[in-house]
Amino acid sequence: MAEKIDNEQVRKVAKLSRLELTDSEIEEFTGQLGAILEYVEKMNELDTETIEPLAHCLPVSNVFREDIAKESLGTEKTLANAPKKDETYFLVPKILDDNSGA
Amino acid sequence: MADLQYKIIVGLEIHVQLRTKSKMFCSCALEFGAEPNSRVCPVCLGMPGSLPVMNKQAFEYSVLAGLALNCNIPMFTKWDRKSYYYPDLPKNYQISQYDLPLSEKGFIEIPLESGETKRIRIIRAHLEEDAGKNVHSASSYSQVDLNRTGTPLLEIVTEPDMNSGAEVRALAVELQRLVRFIGVSEADMQKGHMRFEPNINMKIIRNGKEYRTPIAEVKNLNSFRALERSVTYEAQRQLSEFLETGIEFGMGNKTTRGWDDEKEMTVLQREKEEAHDYRYFPDPDLVPVELTQEWLDEIKSRLCELPLKKQLRYVQEYNLSDYDAGVLTADRATADFFDEVVNAGGDPKRVCNLLTQTGLKITKEKNCNITDLPVTPKGMADLAKMVDEGTISASSATTIFEAMVQTGKQPDVLASELNLVQKSDAGELESIVDQVIAENSEAVADVISGGKKEKKARGFLMGQVMQKSKGQANPKVVSEILAKKLK
Ligand SMILES: [Zn+2]
Repeated sequence: MAEKIDNEQVRKVAKLSRLELTDSEIEEFTGQLGAILEYVEKMNELDTETIEPLAHCLPVSNVFREDIAKESLGTEKTLANAPKKDETYFLVPKILDDNSGA
Repeated sequence: MADLQYKIIVGLEIHVQLRTKSKMFCSCALEFGAEPNSRVCPVCLGMPGSLPVMNKQAFEYSVLAGLALNCNIPMFTKWDRKSYYYPDLPKNYQISQYDLPLSEKGFIEIPLESGETKRIRIIRAHLEEDAGKNVHSASSYSQVDLNRTGTPLLEIVTEPDMNSGAEVRALAVELQRLVRFIGVSEADMQKGHMRFEPNINMKIIRNGKEYRTPIAEVKNLNSFRALERSVTYEAQRQLSEFLETGIEFGMGNKTTRGWDDEKEMTVLQREKEEAHDYRYFPDPDLVPVELTQEWLDEIKSRLCELPLKKQLRYVQEYNLSDYDAGVLTADRATADFFDEVVNAGGDPKRVCNLLTQTGLKITKEKNCNITDLPVTPKGMADLAKMVDEGTISASSATTIFEAMVQTGKQPDVLASELNLVQKSDAGELESIVDQVIAENSEAVADVISGGKKEKKARGFLMGQVMQKSKGQANPKVVSEILAKKLK
C-alpha cells in the first residue's frame, strides 16, 4: 500500500492550485483526500498483468469536425456572467508573476 | 591566465500557430485583431457541459509538419490535460499531449554561414491549444481576452544541438520557411504566429576540467532578432557568472528569464521550483486518434521537395547563386512556378533573372503571388527562350514581361506589337553595317590597326548600327558581321 497523504502534500497541491487554505482546512482535506485515495487504492488489488493499458474508457477514436468557422457568442454574451468586466474585457485581480501563455 | 574554453549549448522550444480557419477544439473563428472576447464560445469559456471536438485540419497539418521534420509518426496518439492557473485559460488546464505525442525523433537541416548545413535533432512535435491574452493595465485589475484561447499550436522541441545565437536564428528562419512552404502556418512574426523559448547553458573547460552552467530558459521571444540576441547575451552572462561565482549545473534550479528588448538583456523571472509539476493526466473529454496507413499515406502525398533541399539543388544543378536560390525558395508558389517554367524549357539562369529581377518586383508591388499573375509557365519559358535565341534583347524581356502581366498576352505577340523583335537577318543587317563602315572611316581604321583605340572604336561602330536599326538589330549577329568585315 502506498504512503498515506500528509499535510505537507496537501499544502503543496494547494499551492500549485493557487488555493489559500487555513490550517484547519489543511487538516480536514488531508483526511478527506486520504479516504478517497484509500478507496482508489483498492483497485491496485486487481491483477492487471495480462491487460493492455487503456488511453480512454470508450472504445472510440477519431472524433473530428471539419475546419469550418461558426458563429461565436460575441463579446456581450461572453462577458454576461463575468463577476467583473469592462466594455470588452474580463477583469481579474491583477496578475503578479505572470508566466501565463502556452 | 587560466586555460579556458567554452561552448554555448542551446535547445529550442517553438510554438507555431497553425493556419486553420477555426480553433482547435471548437468552431470559433481565428481572426487576428477581432474585438476582444468576440470569438469565444462555451468551449473556450470552459463552461460545464461543453465538450471539445478535434479540428481534423489542425491534426493533419501537424502530421504533415511532423513528416517534414523527418519525425516518426506513431499510429496512436492521445490528449492530456496540463494544469494551468492563469485566467486566460478558464478551464484551469491546457489540452496538450504528454506521453504519446503525434510525432517524435526527427531532425531539421539548417543552413550555416559557411554554406554547409547542420542537422538539428527534433525530440518531438505535438499539438496543443493556445491560451488567451492577459492585458496588464495601470489599474488594480488585469484584462483578459479569450479570443486566442484554443488556437491550434504546434509545439516543436529540439535537442540542445545548437551552439550559437546565429545557429538558433538559422533554425528559426528555416523553420518559418518550412512551415510556410508546406502550407501549415502563415508564420507571421508580427501576428505572433511563432514564439520561441531557448534553453541555454554553457560547457566550460577550465584547466582541463569540464563544467556546465545552470540552464536558463528565456520565455516568449517573438522575433528572430530578439531570439538571437537573447541567446548571445545569456551565454555571455552565464560565462561571467561562472567566472565570478563558480556556480554550476545542479547547484541551483533551472531559472526562467525574460528578454528586455530595450536594455537588450535577459532578466531573471523566477527560480523554477515546483513549476514542472504540471500534473498531466489523460483528457477524458477527447478520444484518441488512430492513424491508418492509408490516411498517413494520403497526408504524406501532400509533402513536396522541402525548401532547403530545393535551394541546394538550384545551386548545384542550375548554377544559381545561393542568394538567388534562396529568393526563389522563400515561398512555395514562387519555387513551384520556377520549377514549372524550367520544365517547360526555360533556361534556369535566364528564368531566375527574369523572376528575381522583374517578377518579384511586380508581385511585391501588387502584394500577390507569382501564380496570381496572368503569366503561364509556358509563356514565361517562351520569353526566356526568345532571349536565348536572340529574338529579343534581355532588356526588352523585362518590358515584355511587364506587358504580359498587364495584358495577359503571349510574349511573341507582344514582341511584335511593341516592336521589340531584333533583326537577326544577316542580309538586312549586312547592308546597315556596310553603310556604317562607309560613313565612319576613322573608326574603321582604328579597329583594323588594332591599337589602343580598337575596343572603343568597335563599340562606336556597334552603336551606330544599333542606332540605324532603331535598336532592333541583334547585337550578337551585328558583332559577328562587323568582325568578319573588319578583319
Ligand atoms: Zn470557441
